[in-house]
Amino acid sequence: MAGSTLASASVSVPLRASRGRPVSLAQDIWRRFKRHHLALLGALILLAIVLGVALGPWLWNVPINAIDFNARLAPPSWRHPFGTDDLGQDLLARMLYGGRISIAVGLAAMLIAVVVGTIVGAIAGMSRGTVDTALMWLTDLFLSLPQLPLLLLIIYLFRDSLKKVVGPEVGVFVLIVAVIGGFRWMSVARLVRAQFLSLREKEFVEAARALGASRLRQVARHILPNAMGPVIVAGTIDVANAIIAESTLSFLGLGFPPDIPTWGRVLYDAKDYLDIAPYWALFPGTLIFLTVLSINYVGDGLRDALDPRRIL
Amino acid sequence: MSFPGTYVLRRLLIALPSLLGISIVLFTVLALAPGDPFGELVSNPNVPPEVAAALRHKFGMDDPVLVRYLRWLVAMLQGDWGFSFASRIDVDTLIMQRLPTTILVIGSSQLLAILIALPVGVYAATRPYSLFDQVASTLTFIGFSLPTFFTGLLLILVFSIRLDWLPFVYRSDIAASGWHFYWEHFRQAIMPVTVLGLFQAASWTRYVRSAALDVIRLDYVTTARSKGLKERAVIVKHVVRNAMIPVVTLVALQLPAIFGGAIVTEQIFRVPGIGSLLISAILANDTPVIMAVTFVFSCLVILFNLAADILYGWLDPRISLR
Repeated sequence: MAGSTLASASVSVPLRASRGRPVSLAQDIWRRFKRHHLALLGALILLAIVLGVALGPWLWNVPINAIDFNARLAPPSWRHPFGTDDLGQDLLARMLYGGRISIAVGLAAMLIAVVVGTIVGAIAGMSRGTVDTALMWLTDLFLSLPQLPLLLLIIYLFRDSLKKVVGPEVGVFVLIVAVIGGFRWMSVARLVRAQFLSLREKEFVEAARALGASRLRQVARHILPNAMGPVIVAGTIDVANAIIAESTLSFLGLGFPPDIPTWGRVLYDAKDYLDIAPYWALFPGTLIFLTVLSINYVGDGLRDALDPRRIL
Repeated sequence: MSFPGTYVLRRLLIALPSLLGISIVLFTVLALAPGDPFGELVSNPNVPPEVAAALRHKFGMDDPVLVRYLRWLVAMLQGDWGFSFASRIDVDTLIMQRLPTTILVIGSSQLLAILIALPVGVYAATRPYSLFDQVASTLTFIGFSLPTFFTGLLLILVFSIRLDWLPFVYRSDIAASGWHFYWEHFRQAIMPVTVLGLFQAASWTRYVRSAALDVIRLDYVTTARSKGLKERAVIVKHVVRNAMIPVVTLVALQLPAIFGGAIVTEQIFRVPGIGSLLISAILANDTPVIMAVTFVFSCLVILFNLAADILYGWLDPRISLR
């Protein structure tokens, strides 16, 4: 990323590499990222949440579906730090388990969006004429689709048959990840195309072309690595958006089934008990909010850190 | 200036292919879906098989795909959207009953969002990196990280359950007349409109701030100031109008997300609009209603995109002359 643009005369950075230890690209990005304090805080909170849901179920060894009618709707206590739901199930255990699904959905949907978007954007950016026009028309078309209604429509139409093929849990997971990812690639495609259009005319690509590099090698070796900065930022934000999308579906009762307590699903179950058990809704809601906020700040920090034109 | 006529017509002609594209996407989804729209009738033991077969024939379910698509498109465009399985009335009547409420709620929340985003964004841009700017930017980050379903529940928890100030179920049958009627409507609309409006205001404030910040550094603004114009005139007449151009584009791009938020909000507060109609139709397996509501949402997106394009031409006359 650094070095993709020639430093203009007004941007004269003191050459730190010439004095002392050479600084690697990763070290430089980390140095720049650290300066955004809220992004650093967001990264720490995010790390805590991810570690919590990854290791939590082993440390807090309570079954997520142990029904205990003596402890129905119990407020938070030492026995049940997050309280219990209407069946007396421990909310902390459910939230730790559901968080894995929520975050996994976010990451997987982001991966689909980034891969599809990069491929579409790269093809559009490298080809001129009709292919480019057609792909961009498709991108604009997808951008103007009403996403949530279509997500609901597709899930409604395909849910039952996919469940039969691969089982209820995997089926819902695959479907939700595919549709969320399938409706989020457009911004990445536009970013990648814009980057490609400017990078493919740069001198270093011309040099590679002059040396006889094939088109594939030009793209994979020279253009794509330099175009990834904005894509990483967009991908980070996409994780947050995908987590919100999954929670929204689950909150509407059309996402994961009740035995998979993702955060949105827990919130959906809790909304009818707001008056007697507000903590039940507050914990998953706050977790979604904190996760999304942290990811957004990390994205903001990465935007600053990965932009070579910004001097930090 | 030859602004309106030809320009509007040209935008209309550009909007048509996207409407066609969306209809193809919708129809493909429907055609690829396993099972068929008459599944409800076939599995119903009260409907004899020969009646179901006659219906299939009557609706041409066995014709080639292209014929079926064209017939479906013509029917959709004519407003012939079929018959709701669950409500036992025509789908278009059902949607026309619900649509005004949705438009009212979305419209007033957008108005609220503009009333917040425009002054806050512009003021923050005139004082970049000041305390006000930092507080505003932190609040906008929090604002668009808070999902609408959580804000909605929080507002219900605070204002309906704890304080008991506002009703949390939106009712269309208010037994009151005169001023009291409007007052009750206003009271029950406060929370849904606030939830949607604040969420939109958060992202719009960011757009307005960065667009205004780009414009405010330009030379013509310095010229306007050095002519001795009042700061207020410089900001309102010179900065804001030009800053609005990129904002309009971004807002138009956000429209599908606004409708998503509207569905969630209607569901939480039980607002009788087309969003909650969609959810209840999905839960009741009412395919004609689901298709029609999705189609209406798509048309609304295209309509508002068209409006944004026309607004764009007014904000930047160069565009309409190209």
